[in-house]
Amino acid sequence: MGSLATPAPIRRRRRTKLQRRQTRLAWLLLVPALAAVAFVAIYPLGKTVYQSFTNQEFLAGIEPTRWVGLDNYRDLWHDSIFRDSVWTTVKFTLITVAFEFVLGLVIALVVNSSFKGRGVMRAVMLVPWAIPTVVAAQMWKWMLDDVFGVVNDLGVRSHVLSHSRAWISDPSTSLASVCAVDIWKTTPFVALLLLAGLQVIPRDLYEAADVDGASKLRQFWKITLPLLQPAILVTLIFRTLDALRVFDVFYVFFGSRPDTQTMAIYDQSTIVGDGHVGYGAAVSVAIFLIISLFVVIYVTFMRVNEER
Amino acid sequence: MKRRLLVLVAGLVGLLSLLVSLGVASGATTRATGAVAVKPPPVPNAAAIKAKYGGQTITFVGDSVGNSHKRDLMLAARFTRDTGIKVNVVPHPAASDASYSQLARAFSSKSSSIDVAMIDVVWPGAFAPYLVDLKPKLGAQARLHAAGIIRNDTVDGRLVAMPWFGDFGILYYRTDLLKKYGYSGPPTTWQQLFAMAKKIQDGEQQSNPDFYGFVFQGNAYEGLTCDALEWIASSGGGNFIDNGKVTIDNPKARAILDAMRQQIGQITPRGVTSYQEGEAHNAFVGGNAAFMRNWPYAYSIGAAPDSKIRGKFSVTVLPHGPGGRSVGTVGGWQLAVSKFSKHQDAAIEFVRYMTSPAVERFDAIFNTNVPTIPSVAKDPAVVKANPYLKPQIATVARVTRPSNSLKTRYNEGSKAIYQGINQILNGTPAASVLPSIKSKLERLVR
Repeated sequence: MGSLATPAPIRRRRRTKLQRRQTRLAWLLLVPALAAVAFVAIYPLGKTVYQSFTNQEFLAGIEPTRWVGLDNYRDLWHDSIFRDSVWTTVKFTLITVAFEFVLGLVIALVVNSSFKGRGVMRAVMLVPWAIPTVVAAQMWKWMLDDVFGVVNDLGVRSHVLSHSRAWISDPSTSLASVCAVDIWKTTPFVALLLLAGLQVIPRDLYEAADVDGASKLRQFWKITLPLLQPAILVTLIFRTLDALRVFDVFYVFFGSRPDTQTMAIYDQSTIVGDGHVGYGAAVSVAIFLIISLFVVIYVTFMRVNEER
Repeated sequence: MKRRLLVLVAGLVGLLSLLVSLGVASGATTRATGAVAVKPPPVPNAAAIKAKYGGQTITFVGDSVGNSHKRDLMLAARFTRDTGIKVNVVPHPAASDASYSQLARAFSSKSSSIDVAMIDVVWPGAFAPYLVDLKPKLGAQARLHAAGIIRNDTVDGRLVAMPWFGDFGILYYRTDLLKKYGYSGPPTTWQQLFAMAKKIQDGEQQSNPDFYGFVFQGNAYEGLTCDALEWIASSGGGNFIDNGKVTIDNPKARAILDAMRQQIGQITPRGVTSYQEGEAHNAFVGGNAAFMRNWPYAYSIGAAPDSKIRGKFSVTVLPHGPGGRSVGTVGGWQLAVSKFSKHQDAAIEFVRYMTSPAVERFDAIFNTNVPTIPSVAKDPAVVKANPYLKPQIATVARVTRPSNSLKTRYNEGSKAIYQGINQILNGTPAASVLPSIKSKLERLVR
């Protein structure tokens, strides 16, 4: 498709009539998809970028909207609350993605091996992923409560904890508690993606390795991991981008608490709570750039790997 | 065979998660039982309204705390029966600032999905351009209400909302426990409250490990702005903004906020910094707290026949700091009609009914809310149901949140305040937080 749309110049001269017709047809077939992308992605993005250069307000009658140039971005550069929210989000992303990947890989390897009741196991492991995030977050919020929460109750009864702790309210444990809930909920999803990757690895490679006398550990490092790499990269991209946009768990757990805001929560409260659409648009653009940065890193890494 | 098993298991998983989510959702609805037996009043002039607007449907974004959603449903059902106008009652988010966001979204998108909405006493300025002027139709009824609130709800000569019920912060205390631990009356200063709460908590925790001395609204949301205003104003530390000048950062404010910070986890649950009204009244009505700061609505829940603390609690004015005097933050809710409503006349008739003396009397007895109509507040049946209407409590000095100085920027200013105070309660000294709240507020005051 790409080669049809932009063929190498040297071939252009020698293009046959048929090729030209096919090129035209290809473009024609692409038009609906391009129009849809333009409508749902490029137009809103362009509008957001435009708004970020204005002082637009959410509610009417506060101030007339005018062009303010780079003012919003200058303020954003000095906005320590936004900087904190970026830091919180990045910390959350690194912690959760790392844990979810390791745990997900272990689970995927387990349910990929053959044992009795494997089908049941594969379905059951998806339960946390099937519960809507807001519902799961509220459930955990009650379970982690310092007065009536079941986590503290079990902890104190079994003498793991000396006294009940306010996991969510206490700033020293609040980030850990929200990470734990996200890991609990999303590890099954990671396991599922990696399981799909594991299943396309041909069995005979392992049989050959067995014949050659390679240990299971050696088989994992030399066969499983290299062949799983494409699936691993896709999984990490998915999870990283998802984690960077996180809103719901944090919103249920902390509401508007300042020390635990994510980028998305800060953006939402700037636009809807404070009513600063222009400034909020600048925040959105900044979030877009930060997420793009991660995408660029991953894609570069992937390409380097492919070329090797 | 194997595939069929997998499908079966997947179905079971789906069913299980559905059940879990339903269970959680039903757990979230607050119990609404056993308020005082009193019936919604009939709609005056119902036949004429029915002839004109019968058959129309309006959506009312109403209350959600305590028994109030049940009250809204009862009143709406009566209104529908009498007038033929169907009312779709939708409870708003319990946190006032979340409710603000919901309305702001609806208004800015010119949505006709909301006809009548309840709006907080601090919002008329921000929402005025989106609300119908009620003066032509409800001007006469407005004169029955307290003049101060009508002034608050009038923006540029337009009556954009009608007072529905008032609110002010009061102290709830357990009379039985005070007696048990040798106290003759409720505390008058914050220091007394801390000491009494500590002693009662130490004693009660022997038999009930979930028991704490004091609960209030410590979450980072609008309610904390109200609570903090009471702490600071009752200690002589001003009202956040006085005469257009930001006064929040002063030694008295620092002292009382640091004193509160030191009580967190000592005489309060550590998690009180995530409590809103509902969490506070659940703890107090469940018999797990000696003192509670809350609005009057919670009285009806504590006094209900199935309440654990029925007959064992009373209310009084909030304590004060050294050299200060007791105060209560002014709260209260108004009813407004959206400009984008397709059934404005039917909506106005609903507002007329809901803000009438008969309905305010019903609300004051059923849900122990503060009437905004002075003659209703003097009604013997109302006074009997609402001990806070006794003159020695009802005449407490009222303090108002700085919506006059912040105007359309109120919501943003309040966020700066409650986020900062929440940070203090969670362990940061007041001296390192108040200066930044101050500078944020100074940028918003014009």
